[in-house]
Amino acid sequence: MTAVFPDIWPALPEIFLACAGMALLLIGVFRGDGFTRPIGYMTMVALLLAAILTMGYGTGRVVTFNGLFVMDAFGVFMKVLILVAASLSVLLALGFNEREKMARFEFPVLMLFATLGMLMMVSANDLISLYVGLETQSLALYVIAAFRRDSAKSSEAGLKYFVLGSLSSGMLLYGASMVYGFAGTTSFDKIAALFAGGAHPSVGVIIGLVFVTAGLAFKISAVPFHMWTPDVYEGAPTPVTAFFAAAPKVAAIALFTRLLIEPFGHLAHQWQQIIIVSSILSMSLGAFAAITQSNIKRLMAYSSIGHVGYALVGLASGTQEGVRGVLIYMAVYVVMNIGTFAVILCMKQQGRMVEEIKDLAGLSRTNPMLAGAMAVFMFSMAGIPPMAGFFSKLYVFLAAIEAQLYTLAVIGVLTSVVGAYYYLRIIKIMYFDEPVEAFDKIGDDGMTGILIATGLFTLLFFVVPAPILNYAAAAAASLFAG
Amino acid sequence: MASWPLLSFTTFLPLAGVALILLFCRGNTPDVVRNVRYVALWTTVITFVLSLFIWFNFDPRNPGYQLVEKAEWIPEFGISYHMGVDGISMLFVILSTFLMPLCILSSWEAVQTRVKEYMIAFLVLETLMVGMFCALDFVLFYMFFEGVLIPMFLIIGVWGGARRVYAAFKFFLYTLLGSVLMLLAILAMYFAAGTTDIPTITATHFPRNMQLWLWLAFFASFAVKVPMWPVHTWLPDAHVEAPTAGSVILAGVLLKMGGYGFLRFNIPMLPEATEYFAPLVYTLSIVAVIYTSLVALAQEDMKKLIAYSSVAHMGFVTIGMFALNQQGIEGSIFTMLSHGIVSGALFLCVGVVYDRLHTREIARYGGLVKNMPKYAVVFLFMTMASVGLPGTSGFVGEFLVLLGAFRDNTWVAFLAATGMVLGAAYALWLFRRVVYGKLVKPDVRAMFDLNTREVAIFLPLIAVVLWMGVYPNTFLNVTSASVGQLIQTYQTKLAAAQGGADVSVAAR
Repeated sequence: MTAVFPDIWPALPEIFLACAGMALLLIGVFRGDGFTRPIGYMTMVALLLAAILTMGYGTGRVVTFNGLFVMDAFGVFMKVLILVAASLSVLLALGFNEREKMARFEFPVLMLFATLGMLMMVSANDLISLYVGLETQSLALYVIAAFRRDSAKSSEAGLKYFVLGSLSSGMLLYGASMVYGFAGTTSFDKIAALFAGGAHPSVGVIIGLVFVTAGLAFKISAVPFHMWTPDVYEGAPTPVTAFFAAAPKVAAIALFTRLLIEPFGHLAHQWQQIIIVSSILSMSLGAFAAITQSNIKRLMAYSSIGHVGYALVGLASGTQEGVRGVLIYMAVYVVMNIGTFAVILCMKQQGRMVEEIKDLAGLSRTNPMLAGAMAVFMFSMAGIPPMAGFFSKLYVFLAAIEAQLYTLAVIGVLTSVVGAYYYLRIIKIMYFDEPVEAFDKIGDDGMTGILIATGLFTLLFFVVPAPILNYAAAAAASLFAG
Repeated sequence: MASWPLLSFTTFLPLAGVALILLFCRGNTPDVVRNVRYVALWTTVITFVLSLFIWFNFDPRNPGYQLVEKAEWIPEFGISYHMGVDGISMLFVILSTFLMPLCILSSWEAVQTRVKEYMIAFLVLETLMVGMFCALDFVLFYMFFEGVLIPMFLIIGVWGGARRVYAAFKFFLYTLLGSVLMLLAILAMYFAAGTTDIPTITATHFPRNMQLWLWLAFFASFAVKVPMWPVHTWLPDAHVEAPTAGSVILAGVLLKMGGYGFLRFNIPMLPEATEYFAPLVYTLSIVAVIYTSLVALAQEDMKKLIAYSSVAHMGFVTIGMFALNQQGIEGSIFTMLSHGIVSGALFLCVGVVYDRLHTREIARYGGLVKNMPKYAVVFLFMTMASVGLPGTSGFVGEFLVLLGAFRDNTWVAFLAATGMVLGAAYALWLFRRVVYGKLVKPDVRAMFDLNTREVAIFLPLIAVVLWMGVYPNTFLNVTSASVGQLIQTYQTKLAAAQGGADVSVAAR
């Protein structure tokens, strides 16, 4: 086999981001922390440029770098979603870090490197490149979780995330080695070909698959691997939490989906039960455990666990409709989540950030627009039409019904009613309770812009839902074509 | 005339009012608040006038859907923006738009806090209600059906009484729990029919076993909404805590959404299951009629009493519906319309005295006939309409329902008729305790009679009740063709399912 120079064009966004990241790091080192804001803006521009490059990729499936890297319509959809989420998170973080006097130029650059890892995860076509992408992402995330070095909580969050994250990476690696040992290859395509003929998988492969699944379930914080989520969400600085809840989740779900559908697609009946159980547990725990929370970031952690459960409903069906449901769900989830965190970042009373749900009391009187936006996000997360969240739930349940997973669908809608309770509780506190103390004026244009954009998207999604639904359908189809 | 989208205009016109309020009514000065009230009033009045054009353009001899609008919405999934009315839904649209200006008027002085938000909530609510009765696509229908929860939740929770938070949550979660099961049923039907278009699905045949499950899922949603015993417990709480106008809409229109759902989905789409479950509905309805009438007798709170009477009246509605003959179904639609107006008026009557004395406790009143003669007349009239006195709208509906039930099952008709007696008992006793007796309490003595605004609210209601009672043909003409077709669809499908062997059942 002669060495051939690989086709680098499918990986152009990643290459561009890697170069941009190193350049920004250099600029930062030379100009110092005073130059944080321009670096932040440049990071955003780099992320958006990468998104444009990704969109310019077109369609069709290309495997390159000796089968390590794959690009298709699914990748385009997920990468654009990740890049947009990451750039919005950078914008949220910029103003916050300055106000909280923790602005350092490494912050946006670290987010950029994490995003690079996520893009790699989406395009992984081999257990090795999967691991490389995952670790690139995780290492950057460990650091920014602990970014507020003078806060014990933040350091605790970073350490917790690191220790448990390494454990899960270890499990994943162990599983990958099992798969390699029994299947004789790490390439997704070859693994898929191995089981295509209906060959019965050996026990070793199954055990490996279980370990890999467990490792990834940790990354998406699906029950029973969710324990780190509430602590890390609460402890990490709020814009970091917003970032955690959006982009890495999309990347991990994308990776999970590709892994289960492409190489292990023929073993669907083996992993389907795992996903179904994890989905039911996530939806239930997310719904019930959130009820008693008083800290809004912890509440959002449980809410995100629940949302992952709903996304897994789509994955559990293992069909093209199911993957389409997952894609739509993640797209809507990211927008709602960033919007909600933008509201949380506005929760500041007399110069200090507050995080208790009761601090929102009477917000509808003191700040009607903010309360209105939050109400839209909460109704949307509860899945009440005509908000966007209704459509995302509609499509995952559609897939579940089509795959005849009736029990899963019924449990899913019932837990969504339980979940509606705690979302309504926030609306109750904002609208029904008497105001205690108004929030400070933040005066951050970027934040206001994000609030308006995400709020309008969530509220008016129903007017022209077709484009996103069609993109998602095309992306899902590309995963099943190969 | 029919070329422009009349139904969409009627549906979305209230949103234009919302836009006006949001754009031009800034601040909180008394002038602004007055403007907000007038914008809301005029928007709802114009919407009502516009909805009358629906009636003028409606051909009562045509049993199918009329004024149909169809546009692509999510074509890849067979979901379209499809609107239309037939004889079953048209009058409900009119009922919604008719009650809305009266609600705005009744809140003119009663609501003083956050007037802007209040009016916006009501206008959004109107859009959702009208849209729900016009929607001919399942996803569209579900959006409107569920969306109603949002403004209603806020109306009860923000402007409600002492236990408003509890009532708002109970209302929201009860209804949501029923609706999500319906959503799954809709999705299952989507896979069987390949579309969410309601007329197409009505023409689709579902296997018997599937029908039973689908029927139960729909039933879960609509039974909560109607509400049927034993899932009615949210209603008394919601009614008691909601502001007057909220109670009017709740009793007047929201309860009808459940009955409408049975007529539109359960009966024509799932005929075999409907036949199978009809005895269940009969049983639950009779329990509702008798039990809730007895419960109503024991109430101390005026609104709660009327709330329980609503459950009893809606029991009549479901009995008539599942008699599955022309008289029964037409009677149930008529009863729903009549109940929408009469119970709305009764809640307004409670609102009148509540605005003056700020209590709904029956024992606090007495002897009102002396100092509030006009009020006593209105209240008596509406009580009589609620009891079903001939000449009022209540009589026609209940008579037709009993007739329909009698043709199907004598015992059901007999037991339902006892409910009428009980109904007369609690309604008359309420009237006696509030209006007659000695006028002794000084604060009650100080209450003044109806003012012009309140008279203006009650006059149209009285006129409609009389009209429906004296010349019901105006309304029955509209419904008869569509109901005839509904029954024919039901029987044809049933006969086809039984292979035509058992004709006697089909021709029942």
